[in-house]
Amino acid sequence: MIKEMRIVLRNADKIDPQNISDYIAAGGYKALEKARNMKPEDIISEVKKSNLRGRGGAGFNAGLKWSFVPQSETKYVVCNLDEGEPGTYKDRTIVEKDPHTLLEGMAICGHAIGSNKGFIYCRGEYPYIVEHLNHAIAQAKEEGVLGEFDIEVRMGGGAYVCGEETALIESIEGHRGEPRFKPPFPGVEGLWQKPTVVNNVETLANLPEIITRGAEWYSSIGSSTYPGTKVLTLSGDIVNKICIEVPTDTTIREVIYEFGGGIRGGKKLKAVQIGGTSGAFIPASMIDIPIDFDSMRNAGFTLGTGAVFVMDETRDIVDVVTRIAKFFEHESCGKCNPCREGTFRCYEIMKKINQGRASSDDLEKLQLLGRVMSKACLCGLGQAAPGPILTTLQHFRHEYERKLFLS
Amino acid sequence: MTNSIAELEKDADCIFLIGTNTTENHPVIGMKIKKNVLYNKAKLIVADPRNIDLADYADVYMQHKPGTDVALLNGMMNVIINENLMDREFIENNTEGYEEMKQVVEKYTPEYASQITGVPAEDIIKAARLYAKADAASLCYAMGLTQHSTGTDNVKSCCNLAMLTGNIGRPGTGVNPLRGQNNVQGACDMGALPVVFTAYQKVIDEAPRSKFEAAWGVKLPDKNGLTLTAAINKAHEGEIKALYVMGENPMVSDPDLAHVEEALQNLEFLVVQDIFLTETAKFADVVLPAASFAEKEGTFTNTERRVQRVRKAVDPPGQAREDWKIIGDLASRMGYPMKYSSSEEIFEEIRQLTPSYAGMNYKRLEGRGLVWPCPAEDHPGTPYLHKDGKFTRGKGLFSPVEFIAPAENPDEEYPLILTTGRSLYHYHTGTMTRRSAALDKHVPENWVEISPVLAEKLKIADGERVKLATRRGSIELKALVTDGIAENVVFTLFHFAEAAANTLTNADALDPVAGIPEYKVCAARLEKII
Amino acid sequence: MVTLTINGREIQVPPGTTILEACKMNGIEIPTLCHDEDLRLAGSCRMCIVEAKGRPLLVASCVTPAEQGMEIETESPAVVEARKVILELLLARHKLECHTCEKNGDCRLQDYCYKYGVKDSRFAEGGSPKYPITDPNPFIERDYEKCIMCTRCVRACEEITVARAINVQGRGHNAKIATVFDGNLADSPCVFCGQCVMVCPVGALSSKVSAGIGRPSDIDKRVLTTCTYCGTGCTLELNVKNNRVVGVSSNRDEEWSPVNKGALCVKGRFGWDFVNSPERLTAPLIKDNGEFREASWDEALDYIAEKLANIKTAYGPDAFAFFSSARATNEENYLAQKFTRAVMGTNNIDHCARL
Repeated sequence: MIKEMRIVLRNADKIDPQNISDYIAAGGYKALEKARNMKPEDIISEVKKSNLRGRGGAGFNAGLKWSFVPQSETKYVVCNLDEGEPGTYKDRTIVEKDPHTLLEGMAICGHAIGSNKGFIYCRGEYPYIVEHLNHAIAQAKEEGVLGEFDIEVRMGGGAYVCGEETALIESIEGHRGEPRFKPPFPGVEGLWQKPTVVNNVETLANLPEIITRGAEWYSSIGSSTYPGTKVLTLSGDIVNKICIEVPTDTTIREVIYEFGGGIRGGKKLKAVQIGGTSGAFIPASMIDIPIDFDSMRNAGFTLGTGAVFVMDETRDIVDVVTRIAKFFEHESCGKCNPCREGTFRCYEIMKKINQGRASSDDLEKLQLLGRVMSKACLCGLGQAAPGPILTTLQHFRHEYERKLFLS
Repeated sequence: MTNSIAELEKDADCIFLIGTNTTENHPVIGMKIKKNVLYNKAKLIVADPRNIDLADYADVYMQHKPGTDVALLNGMMNVIINENLMDREFIENNTEGYEEMKQVVEKYTPEYASQITGVPAEDIIKAARLYAKADAASLCYAMGLTQHSTGTDNVKSCCNLAMLTGNIGRPGTGVNPLRGQNNVQGACDMGALPVVFTAYQKVIDEAPRSKFEAAWGVKLPDKNGLTLTAAINKAHEGEIKALYVMGENPMVSDPDLAHVEEALQNLEFLVVQDIFLTETAKFADVVLPAASFAEKEGTFTNTERRVQRVRKAVDPPGQAREDWKIIGDLASRMGYPMKYSSSEEIFEEIRQLTPSYAGMNYKRLEGRGLVWPCPAEDHPGTPYLHKDGKFTRGKGLFSPVEFIAPAENPDEEYPLILTTGRSLYHYHTGTMTRRSAALDKHVPENWVEISPVLAEKLKIADGERVKLATRRGSIELKALVTDGIAENVVFTLFHFAEAAANTLTNADALDPVAGIPEYKVCAARLEKII
Repeated sequence: MVTLTINGREIQVPPGTTILEACKMNGIEIPTLCHDEDLRLAGSCRMCIVEAKGRPLLVASCVTPAEQGMEIETESPAVVEARKVILELLLARHKLECHTCEKNGDCRLQDYCYKYGVKDSRFAEGGSPKYPITDPNPFIERDYEKCIMCTRCVRACEEITVARAINVQGRGHNAKIATVFDGNLADSPCVFCGQCVMVCPVGALSSKVSAGIGRPSDIDKRVLTTCTYCGTGCTLELNVKNNRVVGVSSNRDEEWSPVNKGALCVKGRFGWDFVNSPERLTAPLIKDNGEFREASWDEALDYIAEKLANIKTAYGPDAFAFFSSARATNEENYLAQKFTRAVMGTNNIDHCARL
């Protein structure tokens, strides 16, 4: 029986998250102390060496990202807690069960890049998490463990696109949540035009253990190119709808059948969507690949946020994808043409297919639209939005064809 | 303007606006100021009896009582001198009369200035510090500063302030009158003034007069002529018998219209040359149809002294003709041939007699135009004057200026202060804008702005029709209740002949030097119409 | 200098140059809708996308700096396919009323559809949001069913006029340009300068004053001149059709519009139709027994010459005064004072400088 490996969730259910002394007793804030005695560039190179890669979906080497930050009097550390991907609740779980791991991670990042101001951008649907975090921050300030590093929690307004780092920055600044074009990247010109490191909760929460145990230890865990663990959230037609933390060389099959306890009601697996709403639909025949970023990408899929959405043999793929198309039509910010108009027309065509009114021309249109959107949209939202459509057209085309009017 | 418009957008890091509602009256300059304040973080000081649009963008807004500009400016200078924020080097090297000015300013402590102006002392102090500490502070004013019986004093005070802090002769600085009409600068430059020929060459001075006599081939009068307001008075008294009005509308623009009407009636002969049958033209013996700006070639000189081309787009309607053709024809018929074949030919004559325009010609004016002084054909023009603190007279002269109250002050019978001005949507006497369908539809009638406190006191509701009266007369118009104005001050527009603000204004209160009427202050009464 | 290849041609540009600028410098045309040289970059219309070898995504050339060794294709099959799809998507929401549109013939959307042969949209089936034209202001027609959401108007309002009257409201396909609370312009900080009309690449924003009398594409000429209103001295273009002024447009080249770079105010942009007013004086008038009658120039001028000469003889030169005009040209003001001084022999000349 494979077991979980808990790094970011190491304290989960073992300590009282509302009580900082519990965290400190469990060795908390020691890593920050250690980091403070290190030169900032040494922290960056340690993190670089650990090959910790962004857990928000882009999979960029965190230390490398930090090393791009130029000299500036003011810099910011921004934690992305705008966990808007349907089926994803890992960041909430991490913060709920162990908020100080995140705060400590942010302070380490702050020390490394030379910033004394951090923001946590919290999803609008998590008001209680804001309270929970503010409580933790207040305790940390009282204990003096954060030193000069200040952390402020900002709350989103419920827009999915604000999970995109530049839209998130716009939102913190008080503007419409719309992505900026890149370059300039936030690392160079971010919040209020100042260098800003934006990292996901899970990425930052890994830092204390990396500093404590060293890069070598971390990089030896899981897959070689995307080491460490990944927190996954299981949902859909699966027995155990749970949050787990596993080494990155764990396969999808292991996730579903070992940790997830298999398909509900003893049914067969039809497809699994990994990484959130924009994730690819992986057919049952392809689940023997490890969940790490590169293995997934090489197979034409995405790891994304690590949401694992399981669909059994009775699920109507076209119906599911239609709902997803509706989600993107609703969440497109409207800034760039291909996404604003494209998500709307995708949903229209999907509805038409789903209702049995479409012809094979519509499938061609959908394919064309998806291809253009994935290449021409301004931000990740628009580029990824057609993912479910394109992968299901590839792997489940027969389900579409079955619904065509003329077939 | 001593400096150029572009400097307000880029070079000035502090802008002091006094008596200019820039976003309404010079909208494009207003845009540039806003841009500088908002996007380059330039400091903004606004002094105006009305809470104008730009006051919202100001670091300090001073709502001073109409007619108390000298006290306000002296108060600021008092702070600057007492806090040692003046530019000693500039004063030493480039000015004279500092001690005399300082003596006068001494008694205008912020507290004393506050008593007169109604502006809190701390705001005067704050404004003084902002202006004095700036690297490049630009002072801009318009008719809000000049249309007073102390208009000349007000301007002198502005010059004092700028010289005191060395804010002259560098980019982004200067004393900058924003001139209200498209070619008011040019009309002055061209000597359409009773005391000077072109380029401010005095008619009483022998040398320039001989030059013009030689060029024009006639003997020229050697005593100063009458200003417009004085001429109206002389017509009233019967000394002026004939008046030729070209593109002017004194029956709307001049103070005390009843008085103007009597004066016009009193003339033996009135010629009006215009593009419309204006309120003034109705009194004329002969009306001549002129061409509009779209129908002729020529040049205008803007407020920053930039001479730019005006180009003909269409033919004048019917028999209408360009003003220059009409005058030339008339002169020729009166035995003085003026045979010009084009406006360019006239311009060539102008530059021969006008040192500041000498280097210009139509070819050079294509595109960007030229900013005078431009004395030679290889001279690039002069975007800002008094470079390195070099003044026309040598050293800059400080003028000691005492505060003098406006000519007419509120009393029991007329308890309010009336001040007048313009709307964004209309221009001067409305001859053109009121015949522009969209503009007139958007703002079809006059209004009087009153404070909510006054409205409450007089039981006047927003939008209600009221009667506004002064010792000269009364008009009926709509009340606009706004919190942008002080309790005892009311404001109205002068564009509307049917409710003409100048029915109310005072023709007797003139600045002794410039002869400008005190449009910005007179005593008034407001009544509800029952 | 940065060396890169565009369409197989090696070119050099200074560091910091965008791909779009690099193309422009080398005469390579790139379609743009949201890009405007005077405004902050948006990078949102995605029409300027190009293919950069080795990059999985198409890059927006307006916001992407040229880099050493880049290999750019500006009209590759992927680029053309994407542009066509974007045009089709825009057409699907754009009310096609070209035959009555004020911007017909001067419309970027039309130009690019023509260039890429986009006749019709395959994506229009589901219709598009309806935005009835309701704003009663007399200056600016706001037809948001023609809007392509380039946001140039929003940026012009914010960055040129600094009125900040409009912004994007709503999200996704329902996003539209609106004032706060989606009201009329007159109830917003709008100052009706029409900078939004100036930058609109399609017919969504147009001048109501010019409506129906002359589209930009069928005017005879644009005459560059100086505004007749305040003393700022803005340069504007009078649009002429059949010897009539039918509108005002902006020249945005600083070399020709040094003061305002095309920016105007409501009077300059929308207050020109007095020129065509039926109330214009078209003939000299002489008052006989209190009534004006039309006269010939000869009669009127001879009459004036005689009267002025008589008055001068009877009362002396100083019984005459001339009010010149701050609205007239320099040349005319010069002649007015010359006439007053040289012909009438008095210095009684003034104008409304003080009024």
